[in-house]
Amino acid sequence: MATAPAPLSLSASTLPARLRAAAVPAGARGGQTRRGRMVVRAKIREIFMPALSSTMTEGKIVSWSAAEGDRVNKGDAVVVVESDKADMDVETFHDGIVAAVLVPAGESAPVGAPIALLAESEEEVPLALAKAQELANGQPQQAPPAPAEDAAATPSPPPSPAAAPAPVAAGTKGIASPQAKKLAKQHRVDLAKVTGTGPYGRITPEDVEAAAGIQPKPKPAAVAAASAPVAAPSAAAVPQAAVLPPVPGATVVPFTTMQAAVSKNMVESLAVPTFRVGYPIVTDKLDELYEKVKPKGVTMTVLLAKAAAMALAQHPVVNASCRDGKSFTYNSNINIAVAVAIDGGLITPVLQDADKLDIYLLSQNWKDLVKKARAKQLQPNDYSSGTFTLSNLGMFGVDRFDAILPPGQGAIMAVGASKPTVVADKDGFFSVKSKMLVNVTADHRTVYGADLAAFLQTFAKIIEDPESLTL
Amino acid sequence: MYSTAMSLSAASASASAAAVASGATASRPNAIRPAAGLRFCGLRREALGLRSVRSSPQVVAAGRSVAAAATAGNGAAGSGGFDYDLVIIGAGVGGHGAALHAVEKGLKTAIIEGDVVGGTCVNRGCVPSKALLAVSGRMRELQDEHHMKSLGLQVSSAGYDRQAVADHANNLASKIRSNLTNSMKALGVDILTGVGTIVGKQKVRYGKVGFPDNEITARNIIIATGSVPFVPKGIEIDGKTVFTSDHALKLESVPDWIAIVGSGYIGLEFSDVYTALGSEVTFVEALDQLMPGFDPEIGKLAQRILINPRKIDYHTGVFASKITPAKDGKPVLIELIDAKTKEHKETLEVDAALIATGRAPFTKGLGLENINVVTQRGFVPVDERMQVMDADGNAVPNLYCIGDANGKLMLAHAASAQGISVVEQISGRDNILNHLSIPAACFTHPEISMVGLTEPQAREQADKEGFEISVVKTSFKANTKALAENEGDGLAKMIYRPDTGEILGVHILGLHAADLIHEASNAIALGTRVQDIKFAVHAHPTLSEVLDELFKAAKVNAGDLHSVNEPVAA
Repeated sequence: MATAPAPLSLSASTLPARLRAAAVPAGARGGQTRRGRMVVRAKIREIFMPALSSTMTEGKIVSWSAAEGDRVNKGDAVVVVESDKADMDVETFHDGIVAAVLVPAGESAPVGAPIALLAESEEEVPLALAKAQELANGQPQQAPPAPAEDAAATPSPPPSPAAAPAPVAAGTKGIASPQAKKLAKQHRVDLAKVTGTGPYGRITPEDVEAAAGIQPKPKPAAVAAASAPVAAPSAAAVPQAAVLPPVPGATVVPFTTMQAAVSKNMVESLAVPTFRVGYPIVTDKLDELYEKVKPKGVTMTVLLAKAAAMALAQHPVVNASCRDGKSFTYNSNINIAVAVAIDGGLITPVLQDADKLDIYLLSQNWKDLVKKARAKQLQPNDYSSGTFTLSNLGMFGVDRFDAILPPGQGAIMAVGASKPTVVADKDGFFSVKSKMLVNVTADHRTVYGADLAAFLQTFAKIIEDPESLTL
Repeated sequence: MYSTAMSLSAASASASAAAVASGATASRPNAIRPAAGLRFCGLRREALGLRSVRSSPQVVAAGRSVAAAATAGNGAAGSGGFDYDLVIIGAGVGGHGAALHAVEKGLKTAIIEGDVVGGTCVNRGCVPSKALLAVSGRMRELQDEHHMKSLGLQVSSAGYDRQAVADHANNLASKIRSNLTNSMKALGVDILTGVGTIVGKQKVRYGKVGFPDNEITARNIIIATGSVPFVPKGIEIDGKTVFTSDHALKLESVPDWIAIVGSGYIGLEFSDVYTALGSEVTFVEALDQLMPGFDPEIGKLAQRILINPRKIDYHTGVFASKITPAKDGKPVLIELIDAKTKEHKETLEVDAALIATGRAPFTKGLGLENINVVTQRGFVPVDERMQVMDADGNAVPNLYCIGDANGKLMLAHAASAQGISVVEQISGRDNILNHLSIPAACFTHPEISMVGLTEPQAREQADKEGFEISVVKTSFKANTKALAENEGDGLAKMIYRPDTGEILGVHILGLHAADLIHEASNAIALGTRVQDIKFAVHAHPTLSEVLDELFKAAKVNAGDLHSVNEPVAA
């Protein structure tokens, strides 16, 4: 790679030199200066630092193959540039004389910055030199001033930009980790202005990303949460939408891996267009059934999950999801994830094939899952394979609430408490029935209002005539 | 259980078969050779058996010597009134290699170990670090989403359990240690426990420190006491936040940010481990460039592949003049001074510091003063035959020093090679080891390996001696197997003499470089010339074709000057 110098053409721009007047030499050798009919233009071209790879942000001049004053022809290699990947010979697009080298060998320049001036003829060399002077003076105003200077100061490229207070006092300001420094350079973030949130007040890569307004890449490490002692060294790598300034005196408790995973999922859910549909359901018969099956170890959670699964079987679109923004993914199984609060977090054990298994089997599975969840022994498949989520806060007396749709699923059902309510039937008779409100949040890219309404209607029918649940 | 017994008896049968074939009378159970072929840092393959597979003369010799050793071990004195023909002080890889070869040569051999069999390499060096690097290599691969995607693989997340990783390293070390111990026991090498001290000519005392109450005599003595991590003054080691490779290999913690003082093999390998496990790394290097000692071109590419894209920064041309472990709520403090002006430059605050500034010989208490030998910076002075030199510059008869203790080439396999060379000499065959044929490897991802001279060294020698050199290079990007693995990063270069075709040096950075170097090191050791080896066939598609490319690209003007096939002397 380093061995194969790939000839690369550089981007050069023609700039009409401003000192045009002086450029008209009395006895110019006709052949070399190109004259327009009306306007005489001195041709001075800038040679730019080329982008030699898609990831290159700056390049270091390894050596100049052409020296100042050398005449070069189109296609000649004039400079060897070291990118983040390799050394490459860079050739010129134009004939001319290398009038001024702006970035000497050993120094670096950002991609697109002028590194030398090419004069078309000898007469224009002084012009080019003047231009070079101008550029050198104007340097501080140039867009990215730092890198060139940085590298100039220390030939062995290294850290400590601006903020390296000479003897470090107790208040350890300005200490930045290696990756933080790299990112700061890449995104042109002034480390002096970044507040460090890392250990001992050090600036972490996340701090720099926040300062640069970059949303950190969601680290996949989060999912491995449940398997106990994952030594995630950079636990601070929690995806955050934006980092607010630290609050003085406040206690900062970093997220656990599980909390980080929740945080990540919640932020991701913002990208999904959701809508909500609510439905009141009378539960007297369900309650009766519950009393009957309770001694056999069946819980309300399982009954609701089973009912949802049976309804989903009739409305597969609600069990589908949108994974790429342009298609429906119909799941072959109906797996009901059930949100469970556990110590310091939330986990969603999954009842697999809830439509196919009977409530007794499901209850057994559920018991196992809860046991595993408490022991933090859930396997990824146990908590990440859900196709539909059920969240029940009824036991707290909540009458209705609104759930956030987890990424990768089409809908989530929020179940409130079942409460005695006065209802009027179609004949105008009043009676007191237990009524519960369910509220489903769905991804409108795949599930439309009517789909969801129809699904809820089916679900309500199953709950209101629950005998089918025991089949 | 049963399978162990089975294989043991099988091995025993083959050993006795060999003994019978050689006409020896005794075949003792302790003459069993382990049947398994094992390899670890620098150990010769033949050192551990496999020999039985090979054909006759050597098998016969081996059989006879085993029998001889066994008889001697039975109470008969060593030849010439000595307790032993050979006593080796130190049972590291060097001592082990020497002991096995000595048995093969029919010498009655004892080895003295004051610590644990296996020495640095097996217990605190090459072996456990390979276990950690095996983990880091896989982590790196699994974390490289781009790499995985381009292979069409999807991996949701990669995590690790620190303790399990540490256990893997520890288990590997104990496994190799017991292999080593068993291989010596099986051959009838006496393993004596204690610290060995030379008390006079051909006389060694050993026992617990301060109580060297056993004295033995030996016709020949080999010092193979190895080395310990070198810690420059001003650096306070606490084993928790400031530590050497000895502690780091236990992987008791994975700090968020670790400074590695020294960017040689050890530092570089640890940077590979720590960054793969999530740490950020800062190198502190006293010389003006990282990875001194590597061929400059390889070093430059290594920096591009192993340093720049990783969470690593570095300070070069600076000494760490003072390092204070983390305590009282303060981080580890590292004071940097300019290597030349000695002026204070900067103070680093990090979570941990690994001191990888090289290794110091472990030669204290050897009793060298009893025989008028003065160490030089701790190293035992030796001549080219590893014979120890006394204060007056004369060779001390019957006393040799191999491995890190003599400082010639501080590599496990070099120690072993030196030990074998010494045993050859004392059994009557003069032998000078060509150190330029000894390969070295750094097990980063990708690996770096080298043998012979670097390009600047070769140029210097060429200028001095008035010959031409040529350099050929090839990229791993041109290798089918490397591309199939999606690991095209890498370079191989060979420096050779266009007039004779002699290979002067080969340097490889790329996938499995450490395994690839041996074709070149063997060629150098055997004196094989480019014009001959270029006709050797390499299986396609394999990484070995990288070297094939080099050999074929080399232009030798030797015309029809064909193989001279003389080994090149050091």
